[in-house]
Amino acid sequence: MCLAVPMRLVSVEGNEGKAELDGIARKVSLDLVPGAKVGEFVIVHAGYAIQLLDEKAAEEQLELLADALERE
Amino acid sequence: MDSPQLVTLGHGSGGRLTQRLIREVFVKHLSNPALESLGDAAALAPVPGRLAFSTDGFVVSPLFFPGGDIGRLAINGTVNDLAVAGAQPLYLCASFIIEEGFGLESLERIAASMADAAKLAGVSVVTGDTKVVERGHGDGLFVTSAGIGRLREEAPAGAKAVRPGDTVLVSGPIGDHGAVIGALRSGMELQGLESDCGPVAAMVSALYEAGIRPRFMRDPTRGGLATVLAELAEEASVSVRVREADLPVRDSVRSVCDLLGLDPLYLACEGRVVAVVPREQADKALNVMRGAPRGEGSRVIGEVTEPAVGPVVLETRYGGTRLYDILASEQLPRIC
Amino acid sequence: MTTESDRRKELTGARFRDPAAVRALSEAIARRAPGRLLRVMHVCGTHENALCQFGLRDLLPSWIKLVAGPGCPVCVCPAADLDMAVRLGLDHGAIVTTFGDVVRVPARITLLEVKARGGDSRVVYGIDDGIRIAKENPGRQVVFFAVGFETTACTTAAALKRGVPENFSVLTSHRLVPPALEALLASEGDALDGFILPGHVTAVAGLADYRQLAERKKVPMAVAGFEPVDLLLAIKELVERIVAPGRHERPVSNAYGRAVAEGGNPTAREAMSTVFEPCDSSWRGIGVIPGSGYRVREQYAAHDAMRRFGIAPDPDIKDTHPGCRCGEVLLGHIEPEDCPLFRNGCNPDRPIGPCMVAFEGTCHARYRHGHASRVQKKER
Repeated sequence: MCLAVPMRLVSVEGNEGKAELDGIARKVSLDLVPGAKVGEFVIVHAGYAIQLLDEKAAEEQLELLADALERE
Repeated sequence: MDSPQLVTLGHGSGGRLTQRLIREVFVKHLSNPALESLGDAAALAPVPGRLAFSTDGFVVSPLFFPGGDIGRLAINGTVNDLAVAGAQPLYLCASFIIEEGFGLESLERIAASMADAAKLAGVSVVTGDTKVVERGHGDGLFVTSAGIGRLREEAPAGAKAVRPGDTVLVSGPIGDHGAVIGALRSGMELQGLESDCGPVAAMVSALYEAGIRPRFMRDPTRGGLATVLAELAEEASVSVRVREADLPVRDSVRSVCDLLGLDPLYLACEGRVVAVVPREQADKALNVMRGAPRGEGSRVIGEVTEPAVGPVVLETRYGGTRLYDILASEQLPRIC
Repeated sequence: MTTESDRRKELTGARFRDPAAVRALSEAIARRAPGRLLRVMHVCGTHENALCQFGLRDLLPSWIKLVAGPGCPVCVCPAADLDMAVRLGLDHGAIVTTFGDVVRVPARITLLEVKARGGDSRVVYGIDDGIRIAKENPGRQVVFFAVGFETTACTTAAALKRGVPENFSVLTSHRLVPPALEALLASEGDALDGFILPGHVTAVAGLADYRQLAERKKVPMAVAGFEPVDLLLAIKELVERIVAPGRHERPVSNAYGRAVAEGGNPTAREAMSTVFEPCDSSWRGIGVIPGSGYRVREQYAAHDAMRRFGIAPDPDIKDTHPGCRCGEVLLGHIEPEDCPLFRNGCNPDRPIGPCMVAFEGTCHARYRHGHASRVQKKER
């Protein structure tokens, strides 16, 4: 149901930021991710960052995948 | 400070202001003997053989975008329609519907851009017209262009000439123009992504000069690549199989699509050719296209098959398939 | 050393699009054949899009039937809500702003037709664009028609909480996923073997409601992201839980950990509970589900379009055209071809039911099939 994409924050000013993906940048609201910092990845939906992307969890997910497939 | 000069209803009255507008904006930039005569019609030299004649209207918002503007689109749109019909574009005309209050400076920028595009495409704008409508009755500027070209004897016979086994080529990355317009309209900034607006006439000429005889050519504008191929499939009673792995799509175009929920196969191109050639001519056609102006990104993307499950069958990178038909209505940004 | 661009590629999906991993996962799933047909439902339009875009159904064994449930908030939006948006544009002279998916969905007329009839409806990327339009048009009333699940509801809540211009209001038709799953389980019972949970809804709302539901109803669930590896990993986790439930401590697996935390996004949840209160809501094709919608709380009533304009849903507006069977298609009970209107008055150019509107709506997607037999018919 919900089209949302991971983008990198390239600037932050108060509760507004600019997020970028492959050279495409857009103003996003940071109301829902207070404390988000430049360089972090956020999931953007309808002009709002709705969640931070957890890099450690991404790694863990890939490791889980590798493990699972190794055990096959 | 001088206030900017604006187009007024007087500029459309047909009187002195109109004459000045035509001389100081259009003739100044698009000058050639036929246009300068400013008669009611342009007198042209005879052209041997059959003629091709095409017209197209242009409404785009924003009027200026990375890689082009409405004027450049109007020139290339008609040039490309003639080219893919198998004609050598020669003469164009352009008609302008201007909204009262439009900036003269913008109009002049557009005229200069058209002059540049015409020069690049090797055509002359030989006649034109301007009208001014009241403020609120137009979206700044609408342009209609039409053009005449010399039709080659070997011009494609039409979709029905296409046969299962034929090879499908595209002359470069798809969807650049549609992605640029979609992104700008949704408040996005672009770095390094431009409209592909440009002429394909030289590339088509190169194909003919090399002895290639395309069975079908089209410039995939509105509706994009998928619509062109689905229309072909419908008319020729065939299917077209496209391999996603061979389909050139820029990362940035894919990102715009991910953000707005659009499909690159349905995005407009304004300077690409889709060509269908007999399989034995495919390698040569690819080489010629790659060596021609604006053709360096050319790829073989698939082939024509007997009628299959869908008009266009995209073989995904993962070995699955996805079906495409003619685009039903304009793609709009979505949330789900 | 990982460069910035590598890091980006990892997080933005490149490694979750790896064809080798996709192949390995699809083989791993195929090895878990249960000896019967599994009916698995996802409830997310973007999952359906991803499944189609990557062609993933072709990579799954024939014993898994992936049903596209009521996962598109636009498809489940009742005609009576759409009709209110239409009336605001036509009868109340408001500028109605909304998402592109909404404007072609038919009620009495579509929001696109509102424009053709002299009203003002505009497609926007999000609620903040609607707010901008309100600032640019201080003399006009601007309404944002807010559809969407939790993912979108939190953006509406954030905007209202932050404060909006006086001439701006929202017509809300938000819907919540957990009550809908509960209702589906009640009506479908044993016919569903498991759910693929929507990654972005859970990224906002967290997993507590789903864990509770899964344990109570003994139904396995797996949260999926939107890349091919994400989806197949979730399907594998789900199949394992269906085939050997005793081997897994928890019936809900989170296969989208990079976006979905156990508690979701607390700021977003807090914004939603500040601005909205749950209410019973109607779903197109399903009916009223208790506690499955959001009403604007009294404190924000000034920016609630229904209160501002004194409008209410028209009880005479029927959700579907007589004969339209989208409700049953939505639940996977019938195939699109079983509907008398399919290809027979209902088509992508002029959709009658919501399943024909979106490109990956079940009916629209099916419409593209069968080219060869149509060609043969034409030539005969």
